[in-house]
Amino acid sequence: MSDIALEVRDLVKSFSLDGAAINAVDQVSFQVKFGEFVALVGPSGSGKTTMLSILAALLTPTSGQVLIDGQDLSKMSEKERVKLRREKIGFTFQANNLIPFLSARENVEFMLRLNGKLDHGSRIRSDELLARLGLGERLHNLPAQMSGGQQQRVAIARALIHNPALVLADEPTASLDTERAFQVVETFANLIHENGRAGIIVTHDLRMCQFVDRVLQMQDGKLVRVYETKKEIMELAVAAVH
Amino acid sequence: MQTTYLATYLAIKELIRNRGRFLLVALVIALITLLVLFIAALGEGLGNGNRQYVANLDAQLIVFLEKSDYIISSSRLETNTARSVRRVDGVADAGAIYTSSSEIVSLDEPLKVSLLGVEPGRPGMPTILEGREFRIGEARETVIDRNVALRTNLKVGDIIEIRSTQGTEDEFFELKVVGLVDGQSYFFQPTIFVPPATWEKIRPQSEAELTSDTPFPNIVAVKLRDPMQIEEMSVRLIERIPNIEVADIQTTINNIPGYSAQQGTVQTQAVFTLLIGVLVIGGFFQIQILQKVPQIGVLKAIGSANGMVGLSAVIQIIIVTAMGVGIGGGLTWLFSLGFPPTIPLVFNGINSLVAVILLLLIGPIGGLVSIIYAVRIEPLKALRLG
Repeated sequence: MSDIALEVRDLVKSFSLDGAAINAVDQVSFQVKFGEFVALVGPSGSGKTTMLSILAALLTPTSGQVLIDGQDLSKMSEKERVKLRREKIGFTFQANNLIPFLSARENVEFMLRLNGKLDHGSRIRSDELLARLGLGERLHNLPAQMSGGQQQRVAIARALIHNPALVLADEPTASLDTERAFQVVETFANLIHENGRAGIIVTHDLRMCQFVDRVLQMQDGKLVRVYETKKEIMELAVAAVH
Repeated sequence: MQTTYLATYLAIKELIRNRGRFLLVALVIALITLLVLFIAALGEGLGNGNRQYVANLDAQLIVFLEKSDYIISSSRLETNTARSVRRVDGVADAGAIYTSSSEIVSLDEPLKVSLLGVEPGRPGMPTILEGREFRIGEARETVIDRNVALRTNLKVGDIIEIRSTQGTEDEFFELKVVGLVDGQSYFFQPTIFVPPATWEKIRPQSEAELTSDTPFPNIVAVKLRDPMQIEEMSVRLIERIPNIEVADIQTTINNIPGYSAQQGTVQTQAVFTLLIGVLVIGGFFQIQILQKVPQIGVLKAIGSANGMVGLSAVIQIIIVTAMGVGIGGGLTWLFSLGFPPTIPLVFNGINSLVAVILLLLIGPIGGLVSIIYAVRIEPLKALRLG
């Protein structure tokens, strides 16, 4: 089995704006291995969210290839893409992450229900994961009864519970204070590493990069720089603090 | 199977967790149900008040005076018409019916009634439930219908007094109640039946009519040997008997003055109430779906199929509608217990069932737009790109 969880090859996504073609993603290529946590950074309009939407099989690229756990998205029907999202991808979003009428436990278990994997063992695993995220006392709470940080942690548990190949996080710390934001991303990074999943976090907050293994910097749709060493990454994170 | 299970799971969880909101919608549907069922019952009750006697006749054809346009009060036949009809081949029996109205005054509250003269044992005389038929001739006996008994507590053996304006004087006549028949309302009034000769004596009449003792029937009810031969027998009767026209029971009912207009009005009200229901329910579910766009986006992004999201909305609408119709049906039943018999409410099983089926359909029909909208929501909404 390959250790590559995600492979992006020459990816292009064009939009038409006032008759002119704009490349929101322009010839981007990279790989993410299992157990690797990668940050996708860049200013507003750099193409981060478009890239994430393509990786999430929610948007079709104009050209190029995306392979998740060896499966080529470009060759899939819509039904197969829905199945891929359900089985191979875990999501956390910036807001409105959780289903508001399901408790913390039910939100996490819903991912197992979707995949037909809910049984006694997986229920225990779900409760253990929530406890690990500090939500052992909040299993029966509805999202409205939890803080933003707690909701994000439930979303992380939901994103990981079904052992997806790839976990995508779209600005998960945008609505959190600094302390909670650090807690959430650190926990996320630990779980990605422990479970051997591939993780991509889209963030505009470079301070969060201290918890990732690699940083992909985008600008005007292009991948302009990759920070690979711990030193480079820490310098980027520290610079953001100042 | 998995889709149905997940859709049901989501629908029920949301219903339980947001039960206050959904209960309010169910109560709105319950009020619409209450209104529709009452309008249906009122339509049936008003219709019954008009047609009950004619609809219950043990006859297939009604003979009218020619050019009376099938209007009972406009028809005044020759006195021997019933005898002539009985002689026509294919007729099993025929009975003359004489219509008028009167007032029972021997009660705490006088009661206006339809006064019908009928021949005992012949078509036109309803089946006796209690007591016996009156004797023929000028017997001062009467058979009352159940509606009279319900409103007055009169029973077999009682004596009633009726008031009748004859010429310029009010005359009072005593009649002994000898029998009770089922509800036989005619022209919005409960009915008392008397023999034709008695009818001629006690009915309200003008000065000029007082000189005659001969009763002239308004119509003749005809019972056929073969009830399927309505068309042929109509033609035969018109050929054999001069100056008549013949109608079946339904035509006779439709030509009761005001009947068609009244039923049309009530049905229009019911249809508009249903339409309002469709709009109200549709509006609620549409607003609800609009509020849930990000949530539906997330559901789809994490791998929920469109079918599941749509089915969940359908299940929710069906459950809420069924709850509303159930509550509304219960409320209707409770309210109906408290209404006095003077209000013409009749809950006909078939009409109520049709109304309930239509009410159950207004939820899914009203929610159709919102269901389509839910299915079309792009999962990209979850990523702020939609």
